[in-house]
Amino acid sequence: MSLDVLIRYAPSLISGFGVTVMCWGVGGALGIALGFVIALLFRLRIAPLTWALRVFVEVFRGTPFLVQLFLLYAGGPYIGLRLSATAAGVLGLGVYSSAYFAEIFRAGFAAVPVGQIEAAMSVGMTPRDTLLRVTLPGALIAATPPIVNMLVVLSKETVVLSIITVPELMYQMQTMAAETFTAFDSIFAMAAFYWLLVEATSRVGRRVEARVTAFLQEEAKPA
Amino acid sequence: MHLEVILHSFGYLAQAAAVTLAISLAGILLGFVIGAGACVARLSRRVWVAALAGVYVSVFRGVPLLVLLLFIYYFLAEFGLDVPALAAAIGGLALSSGAYQTEILRGALNAVPKGQAEAAVALGFTGPEIWRRILLPQALRISIPPLINEFILLLKASSLVSVVGIAELTRVSMNIATMTYRPLEAYVGAALFYLAINLVLAGCGGLAERRLAEGAR
Repeated sequence: MSLDVLIRYAPSLISGFGVTVMCWGVGGALGIALGFVIALLFRLRIAPLTWALRVFVEVFRGTPFLVQLFLLYAGGPYIGLRLSATAAGVLGLGVYSSAYFAEIFRAGFAAVPVGQIEAAMSVGMTPRDTLLRVTLPGALIAATPPIVNMLVVLSKETVVLSIITVPELMYQMQTMAAETFTAFDSIFAMAAFYWLLVEATSRVGRRVEARVTAFLQEEAKPA
Repeated sequence: MHLEVILHSFGYLAQAAAVTLAISLAGILLGFVIGAGACVARLSRRVWVAALAGVYVSVFRGVPLLVLLLFIYYFLAEFGLDVPALAAAIGGLALSSGAYQTEILRGALNAVPKGQAEAAVALGFTGPEIWRRILLPQALRISIPPLINEFILLLKASSLVSVVGIAELTRVSMNIATMTYRPLEAYVGAALFYLAINLVLAGCGGLAERRLAEGAR
């Protein structure tokens, strides 16, 4: 691939990168928020609600993201949900990942030792204080490594959005490849780019994880 | 919702689901062979062999499957090799899954307590015997639940091979959607098939996990 092709297509590639990051960020944030709410609703232990949430989680974890996207983007208008490709992509990423985040938060809550909650009650903390000052901090720390891991997985899923014509990086790269007959070079560059992105994110994730576990070890030390 | 659309196309969807299952099965089995090889390489004492396997795992876990599939497709075309789409699809799935399976197998081998191999040495077992009778049986046992989990992920990822034009579940449901102008029903039908297969697989995984928990003390 000659350099002038890259220079000529730089604006569209940069805007594609921006769309990729935007979809990743907004979709991931939406997924974390929704997943957190679902995990909290699980804790209410209302049988029909728990049952409905279980079905939601199983359906979104048991079907391919691509099929969910098609359903939302192509099927949505038939039930009055008319979205642009990008809106459908971001919403799809958010709802899809929320099922995974919900399970991550649920496991996080389960990881808080019962003894801590009992101790909080025995020293007279209100249920609200126990939740905010004991259960939540413990659960969030336990959930941090899998959350980072899921965000890395999600960064790779953004590529699938190109199939429903979201103008993200993969889509722009394919357009460039088709217009300049540089399919091989473009795809090679894409592969290298995503590999670097995932490696860099994982590395940052490992540092976050190391800090979190260091904090836990400090906590565990007797005062 | 017109449920009769799903009922009318049930036969096509079932056939396509069989193709999805076959591609995924081929992918996971070939991936297992690659993964086992790469796992052995990663544990090799030769530094460069271990490093090479490490690069394989890092690259194929880092590159999105869609990019990988298109890359294989164009890469082979660049060298004038006209490989059938099916071979490219299965190869892509296997290479990607192989990287994940490498780590699953490595983790399982590491999970076998070191004392077991040491005890076997003390009892006079030879190297190959230790692998065949002590390490591998236990490691395979440990790796079964995560391998089933990997199969579920692969089955969902196989929806991406629709972009290279293989008539699996996602592609066929796309065709049904365009032919009947009923995308909602077509994709719900496909989703139900994926869900049914995955629930059965998850059930098998749960069963295997319980049985293995019984076996281990």
